[in-house]
Amino acid sequence: MPIDTIALEKAIKRAIPVTHLEIEDQSSGCGESYAIVLVSDAFEKKTTLQRHRMVNELLKDQIAQMHAFSQKTYTPKQYEDLQTRMS
Amino acid sequence: MFRTSLRSSINVLHRSAPSTLLKSRLTAYRYLSDEARSRIQTAVKANPVVLFMKGTPAEPQCGFSRAVVQILDLHGVPPEKLQTYNVLADQELRNGIKEFSEWPTIPQVYVNGEFVGGCDILIGMHQSGELETLLENNGVIPKIEAESTAEKATA
Repeated sequence: MPIDTIALEKAIKRAIPVTHLEIEDQSSGCGESYAIVLVSDAFEKKTTLQRHRMVNELLKDQIAQMHAFSQKTYTPKQYEDLQTRMS
Repeated sequence: MFRTSLRSSINVLHRSAPSTLLKSRLTAYRYLSDEARSRIQTAVKANPVVLFMKGTPAEPQCGFSRAVVQILDLHGVPPEKLQTYNVLADQELRNGIKEFSEWPTIPQVYVNGEFVGGCDILIGMHQSGELETLLENNGVIPKIEAESTAEKATA
């Protein structure tokens, strides 16, 4: 069964506090390829590798069914800084 | 580090498995045989930089693998220090490396036997400058002293 964005959102929000979440379906709807931007307090004091491992683990079942999965992980502070720099 | 944690979790599983039926199931679940594991263990240390990818550097079969090849090339990783494995040509490796690294996707990059990450992480580290530092500190590329800042400024 293809993965939909709602399933991804639910799985993420069930596991960690979410400040901001973007899920982009890059597969034109077939559910094979997703890119997410996730902002959470849970990433505080964690390296990028640790954050990605955390997300990989909590979306383990979903990622196994996809062809491609891409993620960007920020703490609320980092995300705020990023927004400021980009504006 | 992750290997020890994996080992210990497997030990826990085995200890808590009372019946032989359950035990055999768990063994099946842990399908990465000791032989496959030691083969990968050797593979990740084959060269200072090891890349598990889809296709070859000359002909990547996936955009994510292509991106990592380009990043490594951009940093001037010399060919003699880079070993790539085409997981599409080796089904056992394709599955095994995911379990070995506890990482669900390809490509995967190792530097001096240590798992660094996949495409997202490599791109992030490239942008932040961490990748250059990592490659320098591991003796993959030469350290460029003060003049590098001048070069960057004119680039």
